[in-house]
Amino acid sequence: MSIATTAPAASSPLSAVPDERGRFGEYGRRYVPETLMYALDQLSQAYEDAKLDPEFDRQLKDLLRHFVGRPNPLYFAERLTEKCGGARIYFKREDLNHTGAHKINNTMGQVLLTKRMGKTRVIAETGAGQHGVATATACARFGLPCVVYMGEEDVRRQKLNVFIMRTMGAEVRPVTTGSRTLRDAINEAMRDWMASVRDTHYIIGSVVGPHPFPMMVRDFQAIIGREAREQCLNQIGRLPDEVVACVGGGSNSAGMFYPFVDDKVVALTGVEAGGRGGKPGDHASTLTHGKPGILHGSYSYVLQNDDGQTSDVHSISAGLDYPGVGPEHSYWKDCGRVNYVNILDDEALAAFSTMAKTEGILPAIETSHAIAYVMKAAVQRSKDDVIVVCLSGRGDKDVNEVARLTGQEM
Amino acid sequence: MTMSRISEVFNRASGESRMAFMPFVTAGDPSLEGTAAVLLALRDAHVDLIELGFPYSDPIADGPVIQASYTRALDRGITVDGIFRTMESLKSQGLPPVLAMVSFAIIFRHGSAAFVADAAKAGFSGLIIPDLPADEADDVSALAKAHGLDLVQLIAPTTTERRTKQILAASTGFLYCISVAGTTGARLELPRELIEQLRSLRNQSKLPLAVGFGIGSPDQVAGLEGVADGVIVGSAIVRKIAEAADVTSAAAAVLQFAQQMQASVSKTKPSSR
Repeated sequence: MSIATTAPAASSPLSAVPDERGRFGEYGRRYVPETLMYALDQLSQAYEDAKLDPEFDRQLKDLLRHFVGRPNPLYFAERLTEKCGGARIYFKREDLNHTGAHKINNTMGQVLLTKRMGKTRVIAETGAGQHGVATATACARFGLPCVVYMGEEDVRRQKLNVFIMRTMGAEVRPVTTGSRTLRDAINEAMRDWMASVRDTHYIIGSVVGPHPFPMMVRDFQAIIGREAREQCLNQIGRLPDEVVACVGGGSNSAGMFYPFVDDKVVALTGVEAGGRGGKPGDHASTLTHGKPGILHGSYSYVLQNDDGQTSDVHSISAGLDYPGVGPEHSYWKDCGRVNYVNILDDEALAAFSTMAKTEGILPAIETSHAIAYVMKAAVQRSKDDVIVVCLSGRGDKDVNEVARLTGQEM
Repeated sequence: MTMSRISEVFNRASGESRMAFMPFVTAGDPSLEGTAAVLLALRDAHVDLIELGFPYSDPIADGPVIQASYTRALDRGITVDGIFRTMESLKSQGLPPVLAMVSFAIIFRHGSAAFVADAAKAGFSGLIIPDLPADEADDVSALAKAHGLDLVQLIAPTTTERRTKQILAASTGFLYCISVAGTTGARLELPRELIEQLRSLRNQSKLPLAVGFGIGSPDQVAGLEGVADGVIVGSAIVRKIAEAADVTSAAAAVLQFAQQMQASVSKTKPSSR
């Protein structure tokens, strides 16, 4: 399975996106200052070249196998299945990757591209810190200096990951503008890139931003769905009935869904952060409550007011706390290929606890949103049905925040 | 086709063998009344053009000074409609041509057709949309033309030759030349490559070349003698407004600084178009 084979042979309108201008239907494109256009053209070219280079494919496969620990298991969640009393639930264990989340699939690919382009410095943004850790790790592995922008609020919520990044040699720069979360971290990373574009690569962590990032990050993450699909066929003997993943910017879900989009029999469900409820400012459910607009260099659903100003959002999950979403998700929503739902803070916290006690797995609070939905969905399905959920990350990073939110002593 | 007000300004300046000066101010910082006072002060300083920035929550091309001014303005509830009304109220005040500097996020939310029509009605002469590259600008370009507005394109130090041709073909009024790879904000020196790029642009096009990002003092203007046709100053003015105790002193500080800059720019010879 090389990245060169991610595009299906048959040109289906659902999977044969984006076009050469980065359009997923109408979504995507590039809405960035002219200063960055050169870097985006350069990156597109480097990525196209890399896709055709067997050596790039070999290096990436080698890293994913021996450094990241792929393939990771598709695991039958026996006790959670019993507890729900409906469909059989399987976990795609991205939490077992090195650094504990799916984010490293992308940073391995992008750090190789950084080297190919001859760039000598890396910047990244991070919300929950998982992408920051995965970028710091990739940079330590390849000896590149790394600066990670992280909202001040997230630095507070995710102290463990901040410590890990710094230990790996990365410089973590707290961002004190705006809402001090992921969105502001992306702004600061973009501003850094405006001035450093000649020698610096910006390893964006999700399927957001200007073309080619949404496509490229999806391609690097699509190994999740390709493995899961093959494992379903081998272990279960058929495709699953439903595939579920949480959606913030949407990288684990894009990677999970993409290899299934042409399998019409498989229902796809993206789970957004419902926060405290449906009022503006209380959630981060961009696809549920947002409208198409421009944010961070691309055209996609956004949470904005009527004047085009980005809305403040809320989620207990720093990784889902984002007012935008990848353009391919907007495309899938409008096509009706993926159903997007949302899960409240409290439901995610309950799922976090249930997972720990029932399965002996501590999921990331982001992932807990997907689990909470699956627990509801499984009940509605027959025992012959199969639901696969992307267990996108482990929850060690969240224990302090969960303890605080649930009033427990550490 | 009649010549745009912006083109007229550059033609007049080059007829007088001098560069044009275009200060930038943020709309609604400290207030819309304050902005009106500052616009009148700029008129009194006889500046050639004015760039009026629409506050935006996520401005990735802007440095800390302008970004902070946007945050202050948004915290006060400044809206696009309020900015348009302020401009309309100044229609009989003899302002020089005013260009709206506005993110495409805002234009898209209002609807490009509605926004461009309203901007023209409010009295704007042109649009600068920093996150709408020439590749995606066809629709807005057609709308701007239909309403008699110039759509000024930006060119960066990193722009390739192929893109340069596309940008030159798409830009009207003048070309906004970004002096450094980076965000807005005054810098001590202008890079040497800038001069080479300006010379190359001059050979390829008759459009006036205005240089912005990084210029904050009269001293820097001399370095552009004979290679550029205009100078844009933003952060240095926005900072003066932010530091002023009240609207009256902000307008006074802007008047004084703009007079100095205008005098310096007017002493500097433009490129030969």
